[in-house]
Amino acid sequence: MRFFLRRGLFYVITFWAAVTINFFIPRVMPGDPVRALIARNQGRIPSEAEASLRILFGLDKDATLWQQYLDYWALLFRGDLGISFTYFPTPVSDVIAQALPWTIGLVGIATILSFTIGTLLGTGIGWRRGTWADSLLPISTFFSAVPYFWLALIAISIFSVTLGWFPASGSYDRSLIPMWSWEFVGSVIYYGTLPALTVVISSISGWILGMRNMMVTVSSEDYVTVAQAKGLSERRVMLGYAARNAILPQVSSFALSLGFIVGGTLVMEIVFSYQGIGYLLFTAVAAKDYPLMQGIFLVITVAVLIANIVADIAYGILDPRTRQEG
Amino acid sequence: MTTPTQFDAASDAAERSRLVSASDPVLEIKNLSVDYGYDDDPVHVLRQVSLTLGRGEVLGLAGESGCGKSTLAYAATRLLPPPGLITGGEVLFTDRDGTKTDILKLDDRALRASRWQDMAIVFQGAMNSLNPVFRIGRQIADGIQAHRPGISRKEALERSAELLELVGIAPDRLRSYPHQLSGGMRQRVMIAMALALDPQVLIMDEPTTALDVVMQRQIVEQIAELRTRLGFSVIFITHDVSLLIEIADRIAIMYAGEIIEDAAALDVYQRPRHPYSSALLHSFPPLRGPRRELTGIPGSPPDLAKLGGGCPFRDRCAFAFDACSTVTPELVRPVVAGDDPRRAVACLHHDPAVVRAMGQEPPAIPVEISRSAHDAERNAAVV
Repeated sequence: MRFFLRRGLFYVITFWAAVTINFFIPRVMPGDPVRALIARNQGRIPSEAEASLRILFGLDKDATLWQQYLDYWALLFRGDLGISFTYFPTPVSDVIAQALPWTIGLVGIATILSFTIGTLLGTGIGWRRGTWADSLLPISTFFSAVPYFWLALIAISIFSVTLGWFPASGSYDRSLIPMWSWEFVGSVIYYGTLPALTVVISSISGWILGMRNMMVTVSSEDYVTVAQAKGLSERRVMLGYAARNAILPQVSSFALSLGFIVGGTLVMEIVFSYQGIGYLLFTAVAAKDYPLMQGIFLVITVAVLIANIVADIAYGILDPRTRQEG
Repeated sequence: MTTPTQFDAASDAAERSRLVSASDPVLEIKNLSVDYGYDDDPVHVLRQVSLTLGRGEVLGLAGESGCGKSTLAYAATRLLPPPGLITGGEVLFTDRDGTKTDILKLDDRALRASRWQDMAIVFQGAMNSLNPVFRIGRQIADGIQAHRPGISRKEALERSAELLELVGIAPDRLRSYPHQLSGGMRQRVMIAMALALDPQVLIMDEPTTALDVVMQRQIVEQIAELRTRLGFSVIFITHDVSLLIEIADRIAIMYAGEIIEDAAALDVYQRPRHPYSSALLHSFPPLRGPRRELTGIPGSPPDLAKLGGGCPFRDRCAFAFDACSTVTPELVRPVVAGDDPRRAVACLHHDPAVVRAMGQEPPAIPVEISRSAHDAERNAAVV
């Protein structure tokens, strides 16, 4: 229990540091967001509105940086991340809340699939090393070595344009109303298959390779030989003794990759015009939408932190040596 | 204890070299050969090794590093890691009811069923022999459950607790993880685990190597005590001959992938018949008995990949003669009068018939390898 308390304290401090950095970075960046907004609207906002916009964005008060920092924390706890410039006047939290489920759903499922399939394949290949199964390695490595955007474009040109099996872009059939119906969910799955497939194909080799190499290392450990000598079934030895130990490093990299789901799929969402958080960040950066950027960064930071906590807990459960017992 | 069978007195050379084996063997290894490497030029690590373990006997297997002791243990249990390959021979296991099975011919199912039940192994790496992520209770219990499908987890754990008590560990340690135990405790847990199914043969591959001398002694005494109580047979592998003299009934000395001497422990100690055994005995101080001069063995073991014909020890042997470089000695009964008929030695000094067949006159046998029981007693009395 003390272990989790100590880790908890560590995460609180990390969270504070991340939010603080997140607060200061936009403030040291050059540029005036209000002018940028007026310029982008090309005269549709009269220049007299500048003062009122400043009041709206909270840029009128000549507050000290410290006061701003305290206000930022206060607003943060109320879930108020400000108003997006691009999607004016929608609050940032709403914009993010709309995009987040799409990314988490698609990339999350793809990552879990990739991890599960890759680890299972790696277990099999590592256990029977030196057989034909080893030839899977260079094939999967080839796909992860290919730049992702290129792989995705090839996939679109083959499966969407030439064969017409999957739609080339978007996240669901625009003629449907988003709701929890079989038709809509089916459409989401149909639209998500190709992007998910490309994510799985490009990331699976890391899981296969990692698990395979750990299996090879662990298989020569004495306790695996002892398990064989005990006459346990081959399945038990492979899963309970070899894979059970080989999976430990996999679990921590899996938890970390969960954290990067939120921020790490920019290219996929751009190529497939998928309305996720990566695509949102891309638009925010292009439009100098500081509140939105800050909000997205915060969400990414929190996601990585949560993933770390998950990794810690999972590791503590799986490996008794990492637990500090009093 | 086993009794030596009647030796056939019709002693022509061929008959004489036939060895007399234990009357009640539990494990017979016959002409076992092991190669390392799958290519055209494998290294012959074990060459025609034959060894018999009598029921209830402690057989010590000694030799320098790399002479094939552990390979023999792994091959006899078919646990040889790649690229090891058993190229020939038999490993006959005799069950309590007298049925013999060749371990090397069992299919996968039968092999797994036989393992741990008939023959259990304690490996040399006390530190790594336990799965770090499972509690030790679970690790002892899963072996029991694999062989006794009807038994519940609770019953298996109760049996595990008894086993821990047997080796002097508190039963509440069942819930410990391996990293919470000391090296000595882990090795005791391994011994407890090996005894879980009341095996008839226990192979111990340098069980005390990683431990300090005090712990070594405790473990060895424990094994000896458990053996008298439970009546299993032991193959005890070590490079520490002084340890073997203490606990073994019989000692087999290995050199370069072959057994070169096989005799009762006291006979090996007091009356070695092979120049290598003699040299090995003079390379460590005896634990008990008179002080004697220590000498090392010059040179190093031969490269098994480059082994030609002839005696593999000839280059390091003080008593080598012409025939040693051409004739490969086989295990025969030593020529010394009054020796135990079960003794065997692979040295041309003890096989003059082969040397004569080559047309050479065998040299006089050196005193170091031909001491009789009478000589040894007199020797001890003088010192």
